[in-house]
Amino acid sequence: MSLVLRLLRQWDIQLMVIPGLILILIFSYIPMYGVLMAFQNYSLYKGFFHSPWVGFKHFEMFFHSPEFFQVIRNTLVISLLKLCIGFPAPIILALMLNEVKNMLFKRIVQTVTYLPHFMSWVIVGGIMMSLLSTDNGSVNLLLTRLNLIEDPIHFLSLPEWFWGILVSTNVWKEIGFGSIVYLAAIAGIDPSLYEAASMDGASKFKQIYLITLPAIMPVIIIFMILAIGNLLNAGFEDILLLAGNPVLRGVSDVIDTYVYRVGIQNSRYSYATAVGLFKAILSIGLLTAANYLAKRSGNSLW
Amino acid sequence: MQVTRLPFSDRLMHVVIYFLLLLLAISTLYPFWNSLVISFNKGLDTSMGGVTFWPRSFTVENYQIVFKDQRLLNGFAISILRTILGTVLSILATSVFAYGLSKRELIGRQYYMIICIITMYFSGGLIPAFLLIRGLGLVNSFWVYIIPSLIGVWNMIIFKTFFQELPKGLEESANIDGCGNWGIFLRIILPLSGPVVATLSLFTAIAHWNDWFLPSIYITNENLLPIQTMLRQILNSNIATEQMANMDAAAQSQMAKMQSVTGKSLSMATMMVATLPIVLVYPFVQKYFVKGVLVGSLKE
Repeated sequence: MSLVLRLLRQWDIQLMVIPGLILILIFSYIPMYGVLMAFQNYSLYKGFFHSPWVGFKHFEMFFHSPEFFQVIRNTLVISLLKLCIGFPAPIILALMLNEVKNMLFKRIVQTVTYLPHFMSWVIVGGIMMSLLSTDNGSVNLLLTRLNLIEDPIHFLSLPEWFWGILVSTNVWKEIGFGSIVYLAAIAGIDPSLYEAASMDGASKFKQIYLITLPAIMPVIIIFMILAIGNLLNAGFEDILLLAGNPVLRGVSDVIDTYVYRVGIQNSRYSYATAVGLFKAILSIGLLTAANYLAKRSGNSLW
Repeated sequence: MQVTRLPFSDRLMHVVIYFLLLLLAISTLYPFWNSLVISFNKGLDTSMGGVTFWPRSFTVENYQIVFKDQRLLNGFAISILRTILGTVLSILATSVFAYGLSKRELIGRQYYMIICIITMYFSGGLIPAFLLIRGLGLVNSFWVYIIPSLIGVWNMIIFKTFFQELPKGLEESANIDGCGNWGIFLRIILPLSGPVVATLSLFTAIAHWNDWFLPSIYITNENLLPIQTMLRQILNSNIATEQMANMDAAAQSQMAKMQSVTGKSLSMATMMVATLPIVLVYPFVQKYFVKGVLVGSLKE
């Protein structure tokens, strides 16, 4: 039976997938091909097919631009800070929640801490601006009451505060939601292990260290690897919203926000695409390396 | 009766843990509570400082103005329309797509799957996508909210896994009864997929409701902006003087009567209204999203 005939026979299920595939081809594959404009001097009037090719010019421009060092440094610092603080936080929360025997209290804490995850960054940003403001910000109010500071601090216009604020806001928003996976992993541990340990006189702390942590280690490793693969995604919405003040640009500009500013706001399309492509290539390298590590630890991603 | 007493170190640890968790819960709730309080406090009074746990001079003026401002109301309408239409259409399109791909006899199945999976690892990035949307004429069109996100590859994989785990006998008996594949999907499979549909709809809907970035680059027509993007503009113009300047006549005359309203109190009230739908549905859907997270992470 010819292929055409077989295809016609199953026209109904082909009809289920072909429209979806066309959408994917249009909205995912055309932009992938469009990445080639990083090697062009793209102009809106000439269009993709008539713009002149310029090779690696835009990449070189980026490497030699005054922003290069700053953008790379911010990306790495913010990302590593998020990794070092934001990654362990939900694990610690899950371990603590697991020790709570009062179910009502546990449920309340869970419900409350999951909530910020569902808020948009606009709302979270607005709340933070209000909390940190100088006229009625609760943080400044508290610090003044405690006599720690004389005058209110302009938290969101001082570069030295930005990284701390960004990372704590992220932890605040995601700690509860991030703990769900670890709680589920903990729930799967055989309770007789704990019984045996406490018979042997192991303290609670020792039980966490010797039973719980090793038991959830595979989950931790997988999420660690994913986090390493995402190392260059230092943040986007959170930075756009919390670093509204241009004074902060020296510490807030990461690759993604730089691409947005240069590309969308200043319309330097080819240059911004080149910067984005540079990041994408590094990211694929990171992901491959992370997966290599995963395979060695026996937890491959694909 | 003998009570087994925990060693001192364990009891100490419990006290510390309860204390820390309580602290976390309070510091999570307080920012929301404080914003709510400010939205119910007279603006001028708020700017004098010191408003924390309870409104000092209670008022609903802020909300009256928000609900009189046609632009904001329009923003809410766009958000609601976008969320409902975007979620329903995306879930329908993605589930049909996934059902087709779950069929073993589908010719070209492996190739189709590879096409899908590649998009999870590579993307053209912001600028080529931006130029594509421009080229397609979706700029300043409501459909830019719906069409590009119609098929979610991630959701497709979750749907497909679920469909493949359904007993095959269901489809076979329906086939014998003369039901076609589309009929089987619509009348048997989809009604059986309640929990998955609910979970994925929930996450899709929240993403739609919370999105402010897409309209901020594709939409310049104010009548099409959702509330989140408007809110961003208001917060960005620092004190919402701009919002007051652009208010329509009805809201302005209301404003004239209420001298005590400030930009901050107004933006807090708007924020609270934009948060309300999420807070309202949140308690009812909690069990679904816990399930959803676990389904998602299982696939990782």
